[in-house]
Amino acid sequence: MGDNRQNSIGYSLPPVWTKLKQHAVFPHFTHDERARYNFLANLNRYLSTVIAPGVQVAYERRVEPAFKAEHGRTFQNRHELREAISRDAYYQMWAALRRCTMEMRQQNGRAVVLRQAEELAQRVQDTLKGHEDILRLRPGFEVPRYLRHVDNHLMPGSYHTQYFEGDVANAANYDSGLFVTSGGMLGSLTDGGGRAIAKWVRENYPDFKPKRILDIGCGLGHNTLPIAEAFPDAEVWAIDAGAPMLRYGAARAIALGITNVRFVQMDAEDMSEFPDGYFDWVQTTMFLHETGGKAIHKIFKEIGRVLAPGGLTLHIEQPQYTPEMSYFEQFMRDWDAYYNAEPYWGHMHDLQPEDLMEEAGIPRANFMQVGVRAVNDLDQPNGTQVREDYGRSPIWNVFGGWKPK
Amino acid sequence: MKLNDIVMGSDKAKGARPYFFDDPMAERVMNIAMAIATEVAVIRERIDTIERLLEAKGILAQAEIEGFVPTDEQAEERQLWHARYAARILRIVKQELDAVANPEDNKPMHQIADEINEM
Repeated sequence: MGDNRQNSIGYSLPPVWTKLKQHAVFPHFTHDERARYNFLANLNRYLSTVIAPGVQVAYERRVEPAFKAEHGRTFQNRHELREAISRDAYYQMWAALRRCTMEMRQQNGRAVVLRQAEELAQRVQDTLKGHEDILRLRPGFEVPRYLRHVDNHLMPGSYHTQYFEGDVANAANYDSGLFVTSGGMLGSLTDGGGRAIAKWVRENYPDFKPKRILDIGCGLGHNTLPIAEAFPDAEVWAIDAGAPMLRYGAARAIALGITNVRFVQMDAEDMSEFPDGYFDWVQTTMFLHETGGKAIHKIFKEIGRVLAPGGLTLHIEQPQYTPEMSYFEQFMRDWDAYYNAEPYWGHMHDLQPEDLMEEAGIPRANFMQVGVRAVNDLDQPNGTQVREDYGRSPIWNVFGGWKPK
Repeated sequence: MKLNDIVMGSDKAKGARPYFFDDPMAERVMNIAMAIATEVAVIRERIDTIERLLEAKGILAQAEIEGFVPTDEQAEERQLWHARYAARILRIVKQELDAVANPEDNKPMHQIADEINEM
C-alpha cells in the first residue's frame, strides 16, 4: 500500500511518510506527527486528483462562457482569466483548501523542528566533526534582497533565517515536509530531480567527465547529492545563501556517505571567488524562479564566466509559458506564484530560456531543451502515473547548452 | 537556545494572506475545521496502531473489534455519549433555533441594559 500505484479501486495513494529515508540528522517525529503528515499527503492527493480537475470543468462550463457573454470575446491573457475565475465558488473552495493544506504543512513541520532545534543543531555539529572543511559560511554575509523579500513556499523565515548560531530548524522543516507537498513523488530522499538530471546526462553524454561541478542555489543539497554520487571523481561545489540549509545539507551529505561536495555560502550574482572557466558543469535545480528580475541576468552572466569552454550548463525549471499553452494552464501554473509565495515564478516564466542562455554565452545553435521525469525509488515498475498537478508534478523542463570550446 | 514552538510554530509567512471566499471569516472557520479534521485522522491512526500492536501481541484480534456487540447497558452509555457529542458540536445551531422560537428572550443586550436601568 502507498507506493504511487493505482490500487484495485483505481485510486492512487501517496506513500506513507515512514518510507522517507531517516538519515542521521533528520528530525525526530512522534507517531502523531507522522500521522499528521500522512493525512496531509492524502488530503493533497485527493485535492489534486479529485477536486482540482473540477476547476477546469467550472472554467469551461461557466467562467469562460460568462466572460464571453459579457465581453463578446474570450480571455486575452492569464491575468484577465484570474480576475474572472476568482469569483467562481468552486474555484474558491479548491483554492482555499489548497492554501489551507500548505499552511498546515508549514505549521506542522515547523512546530516539530522548533521543539527540537537545539538537539538538531548539536547533531549537525557532531556529524560534521572531522569534516569541517566541506562547509564554509561567511560571517556578515548579506542575504540577497529577493530572498529576504518573501518567505518562499510560505515557510516562515525562508531558507536564510537562523534563530540562534548553528540553527538548522528551517532546513530540517524543509527536508521533512517536501515529501508531503510532492506526495512522495520525488522519492525516499526527495531527490528525484537530481537523480533525473544525473541519469539524463550520463545516458546522453557518456563521455562527459566533468572535473568540477557547480550547483547554484543548492538548498540542503537534495538534488546535488545524486549528481555527486553519479560523478564520484568530480569536485562538487554547492552554493546557497541560506546558512541553515548549508549547515544541514553538509551534515546530511556526510550522514549519507557522500564526501565530494562542499557547501559554501555565496551570492550567485557575485561568484568572483571562482576563476573564469573553473567549472565543467554548472547546474541549477528549481532555483531560478526563486531569484529576482534583475538578479537572474547577473547570475547568468556569472554562469557564463565560471563555465569552462566546452562546459555544460543545465537548468531544471517548470515549463515556460508559450503561446501554445492555454491561458487556463498558464493561470493554474501561475497559482503557486501568487498563492504559494513564489512571486517571481510568474515573471520568470515569461522570459525566453534561449535569451537567458545567450546571456551565459551559449549560442542559440547550442541551446537545448528537454523534459525529464523524476527518478523515484518509491514508484513500482509498472506504476500508473498520477494525474498532473499543475506545477507540482515530478516532470520538469530542462534547458541549457554547451559553451563553445 | 530553546525555541517556543507553541507560538513560533504558527508564524505567518511574509506577504498578505489571500482569501478566496467572499467572506474571509468563513474561510478562517474552514481552516479551523480542516485542522480539527487533521487531528481526527491523527487519533484514528493512533488507534489503528494500538489495535495492530494488541493483535500482534495476541491480546485481541481486530475481528473482535469489528464483531463487537455491546450489551444493552453498554449500548445505552455509548448512544448517550454520541448524543451529547452531537449536541456539543451543533450548539450554535440549537441556540439559533432558541432565538427564533423565543423572540422575547432574544432582545439585544443594550435594550436589556436600558430596561434593567428602569427596574
